[in-house]
Amino acid sequence: MITIKNLHASIDGKEILKGLNLEVKAGEVHAIMGPNGAGKSTLASVLAGREEYEITEGEVNFDGTDLLELSPEDRAREGLFLAFQYPIEIPGVSNVNFLRTALNEIREYKGQEAISAKDFMALVREKSAIVELDAKLASRSVNEGFSGGEKKRNEIFQMAMLAPKLAILDETDSGLDIDALRIVASGVNKLKSPENATIVITHYQRLLDYIVPDFVHVLYNGKIVKSGTKELALELEEKGYDWIKAEVDKH
Amino acid sequence: MSTTLSINKLAKFTTALTPTSLTFSQDVIKDALAQLSSSEFPTTRNEQWKYTRVGKIAAIEPQVKTEYTRKLPKYSIAENAVTFVFENGIFRSDLSYGEVINGVTIKPLTACTAAELVSVGKLAKIEGDVFNSMNSAYASDGIYIHIASNTIVQKKIQIIQILTGNQTVANTRNYLFCDKFSKAEIIFGAFSHDATNSFNNVVTEILVEENADLTIDKIQYEEAGNYTIATENVQQAKDSTFTINTLTLNGTIVRNNLTINVAGTNCTTNLNGAYLLKENQHVDNHTVVDHLTPHCNSNELYKGVIDDKATAVFNGKVFVRKDAQKINAFQSNGNVLLSDNASVNSKPELEIYADDVKCSHGSTTGQLDEEAVFYLRARGLSEKSARHLMVSAFIGDVLEKIESEDVLAFTQKILQERFGWEF
Repeated sequence: MITIKNLHASIDGKEILKGLNLEVKAGEVHAIMGPNGAGKSTLASVLAGREEYEITEGEVNFDGTDLLELSPEDRAREGLFLAFQYPIEIPGVSNVNFLRTALNEIREYKGQEAISAKDFMALVREKSAIVELDAKLASRSVNEGFSGGEKKRNEIFQMAMLAPKLAILDETDSGLDIDALRIVASGVNKLKSPENATIVITHYQRLLDYIVPDFVHVLYNGKIVKSGTKELALELEEKGYDWIKAEVDKH
Repeated sequence: MSTTLSINKLAKFTTALTPTSLTFSQDVIKDALAQLSSSEFPTTRNEQWKYTRVGKIAAIEPQVKTEYTRKLPKYSIAENAVTFVFENGIFRSDLSYGEVINGVTIKPLTACTAAELVSVGKLAKIEGDVFNSMNSAYASDGIYIHIASNTIVQKKIQIIQILTGNQTVANTRNYLFCDKFSKAEIIFGAFSHDATNSFNNVVTEILVEENADLTIDKIQYEEAGNYTIATENVQQAKDSTFTINTLTLNGTIVRNNLTINVAGTNCTTNLNGAYLLKENQHVDNHTVVDHLTPHCNSNELYKGVIDDKATAVFNGKVFVRKDAQKINAFQSNGNVLLSDNASVNSKPELEIYADDVKCSHGSTTGQLDEEAVFYLRARGLSEKSARHLMVSAFIGDVLEKIESEDVLAFTQKILQERFGWEF
């Protein structure tokens, strides 16, 4: 699905990613954990195509295409989805209107016909139910006046609408109470299939009780320094990151 | 010894104009000529004209055009409307159409008696106002609309002004009277056809009597290279409602002077404006809402989107006079700059002399939120669609206040054609 090789990225001349390698296959869930400042959100931003970051080295192959050559919209059209850590409020732009435009531009990119208004509304109803998002919220201005939990649910609702091949959840769990966390996680689980994959970026092990990863990676100082199974997350929860830092810094 | 002769541009300009033959009060014409003889075109030293230069207008060498039979393409905003067309301030009966509406008198000022025009000039201030004075002394024609008391006009009415020719100067004068308990919506469309370096100076006086309800839709869509100064002086009597929607879609220099005297209690006043500029356009909206009486509401919302090297000016003044208690007056101006070379001068002003009022005003100018643009792109929207969506949402606040579907459809069509924006 996605192969990241020796990825180096910097912002304002400061190198954040320093040779990151990662491979995610279809049907898999990967968790990326790490201490603050390790480069977790940078990885998400770089993959989504934020232009502030400069890629100095490395390559990203996304299902056969060179991801780094694509504009942010073309990455989305190729099937990449980023659930934002801080979803943006856009006053006056209706959630469903923009999603319809997005969906149709994606379909056009793939050479498909535009979705009919009727089918679109049916899709909205079906997908908003997955994250228990009130239909009223679905048609309001994007994230405007939404609570923290509603914003995150709205991210997963959008993900459900766009049905991406690869979803990257950037700290989707931060700031969520346990009920909201459960709803968001169950939404993600319902969308899981053998054809798609998920990268869950998180600071806390808590989310991984609900979204069970196939692999857990530790990102530290711009590189993945340790990979394992879900047990690694539990170990990190228990022991913190210091032992990993010590292990890495020793070398 | 040498003498320096200063040439008065205004005097030279008006010499080329034809004095009005309309049956206005002689006092109005006399005052206007007196004002002109002691004036010059305003400069940016004049506070009222600080950000708008009229040098391009002053430089026109007005041409007298006498032939008004040329076929013109159909300019229209509302289909099936009673339509009166003026070319350069001259009535074109051959292009006008529509049936008689009961209780409504609509005709060109040239067809009016002195008695009908007796109040013309009462609202439009001559003193210190060069363009009102010029209009009062040199108006060629314009529309007269009288809506009888208790008349609810359901039929659409549109007044179309078309500027044509090179260096044409049109002085168009309109007079609207809505008698007690009447209700109407009137569309004013300003266009141009093959016009260059031409100037339309329009003055409209509007009386909204007790309990009357009048909506004006003012659509400005003259080609680049032409100039407009449009002045409305409105007076509201008690219990009346007045709404004006000003949509500026093109024109190189457009100056709107909108003054509303709220002279009766329990009035509602709505001022909505949208201006969408690009290239070298300059659009200036000066508005005054003067609350003279208690228990009234006014709502003002002007929004602009400014691209390329265009400049916009907003100067909104709200007066609340000493005895005008229990006033709710809200004013807001918002601007989005789409280019580094675009600029806005926005000055909201409140002058309150009463002590029991609710008033607010605000002005914002900024660029599109780049984070939001990225967010939309990350969902698959092209950068262009993302920006259009955000611009539409921004200006949509104003457009959603417009009730006329014809006006909305027309505006959307122009925005699509001119800017590629979908709403």
